[in-house]
Amino acid sequence: MPVLVVAVMIALAVITAAPVETVTVLPSADGHIGTVVVQRGETQQILREAYATSRSGQAELTRLSAQEVQNTYGKALHALPAQPATFLLYFITGTDELTADSKLELDKVLGALRERPLPDVLVIGHTDTVGDAEANDRLSAQRAETVKGFLVGIGIAAERIRTAGRGERELLVPTDDNIEEPRNRRVEINVR
Amino acid sequence: MRASLAVVLFSVSAAALAADAGEIKVVSGAAHIERGSERLAARVGMPVQEADRVVTGADGTVGITFADNSLLSIGPGSSFAIDRYVFDSTTHAGKFDSTLSKGTLAVVSGKMVKQSPEAMHVRTPSAIMGVRGTDFVVRVTDH
Repeated sequence: MPVLVVAVMIALAVITAAPVETVTVLPSADGHIGTVVVQRGETQQILREAYATSRSGQAELTRLSAQEVQNTYGKALHALPAQPATFLLYFITGTDELTADSKLELDKVLGALRERPLPDVLVIGHTDTVGDAEANDRLSAQRAETVKGFLVGIGIAAERIRTAGRGERELLVPTDDNIEEPRNRRVEINVR
Repeated sequence: MRASLAVVLFSVSAAALAADAGEIKVVSGAAHIERGSERLAARVGMPVQEADRVVTGADGTVGITFADNSLLSIGPGSSFAIDRYVFDSTTHAGKFDSTLSKGTLAVVSGKMVKQSPEAMHVRTPSAIMGVRGTDFVVRVTDH
């Protein structure tokens, strides 16, 4: 009998206490403010300012302070994964050897990898339009593999790194065929 | 025989890869994934899929990076379902529908919202939120 009473009380609580729902737009890491459109039945509210807040049962928008956001959402926000990062490394013509500048840039890639507990990496190799398309497919794949080798060398597990070679299909700087273009001889590294 | 087994293994892993919506990147405290009738302890590196539900205990949090670089995290005492996740990494077209039944959620929208402003929706018991390129937080509570 007591069990039944408890069950009824819980059911009543669920029926009578409608959930309170709040939505708040936050400034993004780069300061950009986007838009959230909140639709509740026939009612629509548009949030487009930092900390603008829609609350169920309230017709007017409100605004939370940064401190209130931290108090309510601090633990959730702390669990957000690191923002994915993209790096470009460049190569000496016709080779899979990095330029001197890009050897330095590699340190930034390693930094981004170290701040992630379990990074996953996509390495995409590209070439300029010098040489035939087939040779460039091979060279672009080799460039990606070479960079993967560096990353494995500093302790990133090989199975966490995917590679692809796109040859001369996706030029960063569009050129005619057989044009040397240093900015096209690159790998793109996506770290997540 | 060996060749056909290899083909089967390959197609299974390719299908599993295609179905992965994202990967758990952060876990603290008690948290698990409900997948069909399975209940899997959440751990860093675990893939998440469409139709998964992420549930956190009183001290639990989970952070997930999705295929389109959307970032989501779930605070303590939460229940969050991935209703639909489709993303084409070439065109950046996609569809991401999810539901927060209770607790707290933080969202940083990703590539599919940049490509198509109508691509992402988050539901709560009484509302549906359309996301147009932004960071935001949602809370559902009984009081």
